[in-house]
Amino acid sequence: MSVSVQSEDFDLTAEVRRLTAGRVDIGAIVTFTGTVRGEAKGQTITSMTLEHYPGMTESELARVEAEALARWPLQATRIIHRYGELRPGDNIVLVIAASAHRQAAFEAAAFLMDYLKSRAPFWKKETTAAGKGDWVDAREGDDRAVERWGKG
Amino acid sequence: MTINLLYFAWVREKIGKSTETVDLPSSVRTIADLVQWLVARGPEYADAFARPEVVRAAIDRAHVKTSAEIGAAREIAFFPPVTGG
Repeated sequence: MSVSVQSEDFDLTAEVRRLTAGRVDIGAIVTFTGTVRGEAKGQTITSMTLEHYPGMTESELARVEAEALARWPLQATRIIHRYGELRPGDNIVLVIAASAHRQAAFEAAAFLMDYLKSRAPFWKKETTAAGKGDWVDAREGDDRAVERWGKG
Repeated sequence: MTINLLYFAWVREKIGKSTETVDLPSSVRTIADLVQWLVARGPEYADAFARPEVVRAAIDRAHVKTSAEIGAAREIAFFPPVTGG
């Protein structure tokens, strides 16, 4: 049950190991990793800069995590979101949901990502090979993805 | 009332600063009132809020609607729809 907002990279294997160390009550671990694409709208992307709202980011992520813990029987959760300048192929976000059985872990991981995308105050700016910087537009599909979970 | 304003992403770029402290008249009661008050301050604010429906707000680090009362808020932030994840 923890949330990190950091500029440094993360190690999926190390995070899972830390979460499960010394425990035998976990039967299912679902992880999601979001990474930087090297292309957007037909343009080559050379870097992506993530801006965030320090203070609010941490509290929104903690709120999203608490909501998942209230909805599913989870043994452990972990959210890591990076900020700063990233390159194509770099990690952006890690979500881990661990439960006794797979359904709760699958659903909680999807829920955490959907909620995080609509609530956590992050903004992406993509720089193209031509040196042009563009703020990424929010996708309507992201709001719909949250609606499927209904009200908390 | 003295309040801290924070701007992020393209809202910050259009206004040309990331933070400022302002003295609000008592007539400014809601987020929508505050947007109107800011727009009257100059063209950079008018530009940032040209499509007010796409600008989101937070009071003391919690998402709010534009109808929200400012009350005793200490920090108000304006930003585009979030695009993390």
